[in-house]
Amino acid sequence: MSESALEADGLVRKYGERAALDGLSFSLPEGQTLGLFGANGAGKTTLLRVLATLLRPHEGGVRVLGADLPKESWKVRGRVGYLGHEPLLYRELSGRENLQFHARLHSVDESRVEDLLVAVGMQRRADDPVRELSRGMVQRLATARAVLHDPPLLLLDEPWSGIDPGARELLEPLIGKSAGKTRVLVSHDLEAGAAESDLALGLRAGQQAYLGEPNAAKLKELYTAPTPHTPHPTP
Amino acid sequence: MTRTAWAILRKDLRIEVRSKESVPAMALFSVTVFVLFHFGLQRNSLEGDLAAGVLWVTLLLATVLGVNRLFVVEREQGGIDGMLLAPIDRTALFVAKASALFLYLLLLELIAVPAFDLLLLGPDPLKPLPALIPLLLLANVGVAAVGALVSALAVETRARDLIVPLLLLPLLVPVVIAGAEGTEPLFTGSQTPHELGKWLGLLGLYDMVFLLVSIAVFDFLLED
Repeated sequence: MSESALEADGLVRKYGERAALDGLSFSLPEGQTLGLFGANGAGKTTLLRVLATLLRPHEGGVRVLGADLPKESWKVRGRVGYLGHEPLLYRELSGRENLQFHARLHSVDESRVEDLLVAVGMQRRADDPVRELSRGMVQRLATARAVLHDPPLLLLDEPWSGIDPGARELLEPLIGKSAGKTRVLVSHDLEAGAAESDLALGLRAGQQAYLGEPNAAKLKELYTAPTPHTPHPTP
Repeated sequence: MTRTAWAILRKDLRIEVRSKESVPAMALFSVTVFVLFHFGLQRNSLEGDLAAGVLWVTLLLATVLGVNRLFVVEREQGGIDGMLLAPIDRTALFVAKASALFLYLLLLELIAVPAFDLLLLGPDPLKPLPALIPLLLLANVGVAAVGALVSALAVETRARDLIVPLLLLPLLVPVVIAGAEGTEPLFTGSQTPHELGKWLGLLGLYDMVFLLVSIAVFDFLLED
């Protein structure tokens, strides 16, 4: 059996008094895909940001690529490809300039930038400022940014949103299942998300509501069942 | 670290050249304040401590505008996350941001000091300029270090516009004192090298202390 790329044991992350992640425990072997499912505000993005070392876990253990977080966060940086809601691109710079900047941060050869611009089909608009590009084009560039340093772990928050079918074919070898990377994938498309996943983690109000086989019918309950809430304490 | 700091600085300067968000606002603000003083005081020329005070206070208030904007592009466009995900020495980010602010201050002074001369100094306005240069350069180093630190701290808060002046201006009081005290004799023509050296020394000490403090604590500011 392959070694675990991700392990969480009782992971808790709070915003003030509210637990955004409350006691999550899971494990994902190398090269597999963890599908993250849950309604808006369930904690999916928070979990991705914890795994990316952008947020510190407050309780419990988390191991990412063999490194304990937050103590060994430095070992994880540069080994994670993060594609979140924000493209992490500067609007005043062109796509090429943005990728060149990130290539310098990751000490990646700039020839990789040109290869990726071709791979995501952006070579013709590579010198246009990002603010002049459509949402789909920005998402293509953001994908190129996320994989620029060839990370072994991809953290993908709705990576196909705004992407047309043609572009999806282009991006599939970079971030799709065929990329052969360990992935954590957030998707609101249950059928497609489940099809891409080896393991599904369902969240409801920060709590682990489902962990197991990616089954779209079972995952649908996460979106239909009422969200539990803490009753106001009686005085 | 130098390579990373240079990459970040180059990116910041490129964005500033294209967006023109910081330096033009700082320069326009200071020229406007000089015009207001020119008419508000109803005097054709200022001298001595009043001239020195007007110059230094105006420059530092203009600095607030630049400090306010220093990290905004990183927060609004997610640049800070991009940098935190990279395997870089975070001190490089501080060095780049402080260097960018230092350059913005230089550009501000290239516009503001001649405007001050023109609007508020007497018939021989250019005479004090050469001695003013070392004072401004040394002040810029300390202001850039403190400014980068305060900007990184304030950008995480919702009341950024309020936090920056409230934190920055008290920290810059020693700069105003040394700058104004060192400049005042230049405008009265009574400067001695010993006096100027004393204020330059104070500014040098301020720079050293705040550079070291900023480098030491900057990493913690970026932690979640």
